[in-house]
Amino acid sequence: MAAQPSVTLGELELDALTELVNLGVSSAALSLREMVQEEVLLSVPSVSVVTRAEAIANLEQRNTSRLVGVHQTFEGDIRGRALLIFPEAQSLELVRAVVGGDLSLEDLMELEQEALAETGNVLLNGCLGTIANNLGRSLRISLPEVIHGNGSEFINLTPPPRADSCVLFIYINFAVRRRDIQGYLAMLLDLPSLIALKELLAEFIERATATTVVSPPHAD
Amino acid sequence: MTRKILIVDDSKLARMAVIKALDSLHPDWSRVEAGDAVTAMDLVQKEAPDVALVDFNMPGKNGLLLAAEVRQANPQIHVAVISANHQVEVINRAHAAGAAFLRKPLTSEALDAFLSVLNPQSVP
Repeated sequence: MAAQPSVTLGELELDALTELVNLGVSSAALSLREMVQEEVLLSVPSVSVVTRAEAIANLEQRNTSRLVGVHQTFEGDIRGRALLIFPEAQSLELVRAVVGGDLSLEDLMELEQEALAETGNVLLNGCLGTIANNLGRSLRISLPEVIHGNGSEFINLTPPPRADSCVLFIYINFAVRRRDIQGYLAMLLDLPSLIALKELLAEFIERATATTVVSPPHAD
Repeated sequence: MTRKILIVDDSKLARMAVIKALDSLHPDWSRVEAGDAVTAMDLVQKEAPDVALVDFNMPGKNGLLLAAEVRQANPQIHVAVISANHQVEVINRAHAAGAAFLRKPLTSEALDAFLSVLNPQSVP
């Protein structure tokens, strides 16, 4: 029998988290738009607390092919992992869109790792930075790392998770229509961070509803 | 002059934040809320609001389409699309739909600037 998530978020907490993710991803999309010089389409974010097994099933349900991801870990009051994920087959198209120009396949392949890491860095930092600022907390964000694999490998990156831990699974789809690029951002938090996040969300809700100006304090 | 304002956002929290900002500016204005586009259009017909503040990124029909429908149903309604997604294409589409564009997080200053166009005498 599948384990049940042991932390739940209330309606307003989920609302707040969805708003935060929306702010973060919108900021990230603006950066990507500048890089590819085209509108980046965003889906409505989906936020849920699920078991690790459910998170893997979510990823694998959306993708049957191999994936490429850029991941960064973050630490502070909350700690976790953010991933920019898209089908491996679209990797070079994203590089081509970001780098621009008429590069040969050899040149594209040479630039692939570096361009993916930099694109992921801009997107994930934009997203995490905006969320941290709105929570009034500072997050230390690691350097980006490019990984290849499937959903299970992405969710089970080291350090190994506790078997009973649940994860916050955030999914937002982005697409650059004319480039045939489609991917998504996912964020994973473990149980202690989810408990800490609940408190931060309560403060965020208080600020958003008890003051007339929603002006977040700035984190470093 | 007292007005009626329609606030459309699938997020209850976001609606609460808009209401708080509105309370500081125009506590006497009446407000109606909708969590989706279908309910919003129903309220446009039944409540005849003067202003509609519409979130862009909603499940089902998005705020840009809703803004255009609201304007089509009643061109007298002043509509603003609110979004954290402020890519130039989104802002242009809001304007093309006859709506203003306001960035999230919404500040009372930005809301005041938008509302002052509609009620200039009452705003200092």
